[in-house]
Amino acid sequence: MEIFGAIITLIGSLVLLIASIGLVRMPDVYNRLQVGTKATTLGTILSLAGLIVIVPAWAGKLVLLVFFIMMTNPVSSHVMARAAYYIKIPFSSKTKVDKLKLSKKVLKTKIESK
Amino acid sequence: MPAFSKDDLMKNISITFLILMIVWILLNNTLQIDILIPGIIIALLSSLLFCRKCEVFSDIKLTPKAFAYTLVYLIIFFIDLYKSNIDVSRRVLSPSLPINPGIVEVKTRLKSKFGRMVLANSITLTPGTLTVEVKDDSFFIHWIDVEDDEIENASKKIVEKFEKYLEVIYG
Repeated sequence: MEIFGAIITLIGSLVLLIASIGLVRMPDVYNRLQVGTKATTLGTILSLAGLIVIVPAWAGKLVLLVFFIMMTNPVSSHVMARAAYYIKIPFSSKTKVDKLKLSKKVLKTKIESK
Repeated sequence: MPAFSKDDLMKNISITFLILMIVWILLNNTLQIDILIPGIIIALLSSLLFCRKCEVFSDIKLTPKAFAYTLVYLIIFFIDLYKSNIDVSRRVLSPSLPINPGIVEVKTRLKSKFGRMVLANSITLTPGTLTVEVKDDSFFIHWIDVEDDEIENASKKIVEKFEKYLEVIYG
């Protein structure tokens, strides 16, 4: 049982490793946030799940932790992306479309025409 | 309370109480009566004191169907979280770095604030998408691999699979 839990925790840390490689390789802040959010969420959940298997007595608290991570992780990365957008951190050259900018322009012209 | 009805207030208080009790039981990891009683007192007091004006949970529908849909939704959500990680790992580890990012706009049919919050969070945790900005019923999403930048098609690809469940749960 202990080995099984250790394997799950190991998979979790591998996911975290991939996330950190991604942080280095991605070209701009938005892509880095993408990799950061998803991989850290699953990595942390897997590590905690492995701990639940090893020490079943902690299950309640660890489930609570998983829940809080799932609730807070996307919110924090959304706020960071939004802040990065509004202080105009540049996109990488691979970026294809930016609908948010377009819609702001539309908004502005609408106000001016009124 | 002019803003919302008495039923809403009761619902908010009881849901807050339930959440606090679940947290208490999980933290103590026991069902002994001498630990449960202070928990019940504290949870009741804090939900009565601090939930006078909260309307966060008013949108949740407490029907068996909504409950069943919540379970299905959680399962779909975890499968998607898993898929998104495989997808991200593939992109990170392949030498050519196959990304094609951009910000697209999608529309949602959900009306309630709580439902939209859950939807935005789910979008952030699923393959290749990150909610950047929310304005009324349109979400602006950073997509790591833009397949289609038309509003309708992007909505269909990103939002629809969650929307049909969240619509039943939160309306």
